[in-house]
Amino acid sequence: MKTYDAIVVGAGHNGLTNAAFLAKAGLDVVCVEKNDYIGGATVSRNLYKDWWYSNCSYVCSLLRPEIYRELELHKHGLQVTPYGGSVQFMENGDYYGSYHDHEVAYREMARFSRHDADAYKTYSADTMRQCRFIRDFLLSTAPDPTSFRPKDLMELARIGGKFMNMGEDRMYETIRFWTMSVAEYLDEYFETDVIKAAFSGSGIIGTALGIHSPGTAYVLLHHYMGDVDGNVGSWGFARGGTGAVSKAIAGAYQAAGGELRTESGVDQIIVKNGKVTGVALENGDEVHGQIVVSAMDVKRTFLTCMDKSDLPEKFHRRVENFKIRGSSGKVNIALDGMPTFPALPEGSSLYHSDMHFIDSMERMERAYDDWKAGTWSQDPYIDMVIPTLSDPTMAPPGKHFMSCFVQYCPHQIDGRRWTQEEKEAFGQTVINQIANYSPDFKDLILHAEIRTPQDIEDEIGITEGNIFHGELTMDQLLFNRPIPGYAQYRGPVDGLYMCGSSNHPGGGIMAAPGANAAREILSDLKRPNTVPENWGDD
Amino acid sequence: MKQEPVHQGRLKTPFHSRLEKLDTVNQWHEWKGYSSANQLYCSDTEYFAIRNATAVFDLTPMTKYRIAGPDALDYLNRLVTRDMAKVRPGRVAYAVWCDDNGQVIDDGTIFHLREGEYRLCSQERHFAWLQAAAIGFDVTITHETEGVAALAVQGPTSYSVLSKMNLEGLAELKPFGLMHVDFQGTELMVSRTGFTGDLGYELWIDPDKAEALWDALFKAGELHGIRAIGTTALDMARIEAGYLAAYEEFLPADETVRTGVSRSPLELGLEWLVDFKKPNFNGRRALAEEKRRGSTWRLVKLDIEGNKEAHHSYIFSNAKASGGNIGFVTSAVWSPVCKQNIALGTVKTPHGKPGDTVWVEIYYQREMHWNRKMAKATVVDKPFWFPPRRGATPPGPF
Repeated sequence: MKTYDAIVVGAGHNGLTNAAFLAKAGLDVVCVEKNDYIGGATVSRNLYKDWWYSNCSYVCSLLRPEIYRELELHKHGLQVTPYGGSVQFMENGDYYGSYHDHEVAYREMARFSRHDADAYKTYSADTMRQCRFIRDFLLSTAPDPTSFRPKDLMELARIGGKFMNMGEDRMYETIRFWTMSVAEYLDEYFETDVIKAAFSGSGIIGTALGIHSPGTAYVLLHHYMGDVDGNVGSWGFARGGTGAVSKAIAGAYQAAGGELRTESGVDQIIVKNGKVTGVALENGDEVHGQIVVSAMDVKRTFLTCMDKSDLPEKFHRRVENFKIRGSSGKVNIALDGMPTFPALPEGSSLYHSDMHFIDSMERMERAYDDWKAGTWSQDPYIDMVIPTLSDPTMAPPGKHFMSCFVQYCPHQIDGRRWTQEEKEAFGQTVINQIANYSPDFKDLILHAEIRTPQDIEDEIGITEGNIFHGELTMDQLLFNRPIPGYAQYRGPVDGLYMCGSSNHPGGGIMAAPGANAAREILSDLKRPNTVPENWGDD
Repeated sequence: MKQEPVHQGRLKTPFHSRLEKLDTVNQWHEWKGYSSANQLYCSDTEYFAIRNATAVFDLTPMTKYRIAGPDALDYLNRLVTRDMAKVRPGRVAYAVWCDDNGQVIDDGTIFHLREGEYRLCSQERHFAWLQAAAIGFDVTITHETEGVAALAVQGPTSYSVLSKMNLEGLAELKPFGLMHVDFQGTELMVSRTGFTGDLGYELWIDPDKAEALWDALFKAGELHGIRAIGTTALDMARIEAGYLAAYEEFLPADETVRTGVSRSPLELGLEWLVDFKKPNFNGRRALAEEKRRGSTWRLVKLDIEGNKEAHHSYIFSNAKASGGNIGFVTSAVWSPVCKQNIALGTVKTPHGKPGDTVWVEIYYQREMHWNRKMAKATVVDKPFWFPPRRGATPPGPF
């Protein structure tokens, strides 16, 4: 029976990226995927008539341009179109909009507070400074501070140098920043509730924490450091939905000779004499390989797909304690036409923006309280976009696809599986909140797909449906991600590697964990490196 | 007799009233005497209208001449370097024309409107030169820049948009094809041409019908993401497509002061447009001689590492920049759709063969401070952006 050079488990965007770089280096690679479609949570699904849904991830900003270019994703059909702005609808009938144009953004902020409008430039510079510090590490392996290997020491020295370069004042600031809550951070700059509420959303997306929880300032960064064509902090839509990203990466992978097998879920990663030898599929087949690279989250990899006796005891315990909590759901809607939002001026560019329906820090925190109590937020934080306003390919002309990312939504209700009634009620909560600001919205709904974290786990396989494969808190970042001592993509068994978002630098459609893991694997196998380095902005 | 005073200030194209209504940023420049928009709201968004939906660009200021008469074909064959006999009625040809020294005066498109009747469309004005070249030919050359209003309609949904206007024959129209249809009782010429390297069309009509055409077009495009765009966005797209621009990649030879600053078609990568099988054409002898002896310059398409745009950069043969520069960048842009740092440049032969590595000296500013980077660049021979939809006939909805 054939033995592959590498078996990559999971055809999400990181698995495919990893597989593509390995194949480009000349390895004989097979990528196995449990579903009958590829992409994992980076997917476009045709769930209703001619509508295509980005039914899990829905925007694209962190995707490393270095990887895009190296894999020539445009030749495999990928186009990312930027979109700008956001709006916060207010209970008093007003709204706060943010705009692409600096001066328009300034005037809008000044409508609420000239103090905040003027403070924004410092806020922006301070946040950008943190972004620049961290962005540099995205496309490289996090150095292990306990290691004395030259590679780790050099990388530590580089980071240390960069850090020292900031100067004393800014070093203190940085250390504070990494442990602060997003609410505290915003309080240092702004006085207007709705403006703070607008900025705070990025601090909690995908995270089972509230705006007052320590560490959420960093999460804000994770959403701020993406860029589309050098416009840092901007967002884009993949033409055809986020599935276009995985499709393009798969195209590059297959062009490099890689093999893709769908409907091939892994039941067990096989270990013999302390070394992996392949995988046993759910259908009973076995696939043999020199190495196995898991793109699954760390819990699913080690707790579900591996035998406990093959793993070090302490490692196993750490994996059990890894924080990966379901905190967000999705409601995907096919619309018969464009809903109107009477609060907005006619023809406003804000129609094309991210829409939110929470206007205060109090309401943001209350939304979290419901989650802590084991249920979904009754007044949720919704990040709503209508990609079809700029993408002509996802719905028939004049019709629309609406994506609602909803926080908070627990993995289970009071510790048990969701009932159908509860799921319906969760969807209704979301629809009602939007309908409060759009009277014709409900009548335009043709079809809605309601997805709880439980559904995402069941279908995609991500533990608790956590979009980042594990929370982005300081104890689970950099050399601590996913497990201290195992942050360089190598598992605790020979020939076993990890390349999913549970690894540094974390989740989002970034493709960096997959690429970084490939670089380490190729180095171990003494193959030429095919993975690009970070371009940097200096 | 009292003369009508010469028009002061900038002229307005027949579409100006519509552009003005859409404009939010008030950024205009002068283009051959006309007001032309740099951008109307945001050049980035406008660029993505080209690549993602449908972009509309007012190209009325392009210089246009009607060439007709029994000798029209012979005349054109004398004028331009390519063989015009192969360009049947209903077809459009990209062409370049030279002075007697084989130096490029301009490039442009020649529309074979009907048997023996052509329109030459170019960036520069050439009436005097066109007339001088007509000696001995039975042709009439008419200047018709103001007589024809023109719009470029470019992007993946452009076919969907124009389909809604019920233009008969549109589905069968191939790249570089043209057709005439009726638009509200007036003849509308539709050509499948453009300056973006994408699926796209150009519409040509009597200026009196310009506004009506615009309105019908935008109504048809309402649900297909139609947007008007300015020159900034268009220029990004044309660099991605690898197209030349006068005054960027070459200077009209008849306007140059210094010797050695003009270029021949061979030096611009346009050898495929020079047909030495033709008995005679302007510049033939000089070009034949150049082909024998070798050219001095070569146009290069550069794929440059990193993401710093290489505007106005010198090009070197090595990373140390030793031995003096071998040329310079003429147009540079970060390509959003390819995520590539691209440029067009001119280098001295024998440098710059496809596949060669050259080095580009890039200066860029970060918070007031200037940095310098020697970036490695690969010479490529294909356009950076060349999507399959560009050539698909019939085009899909994309």
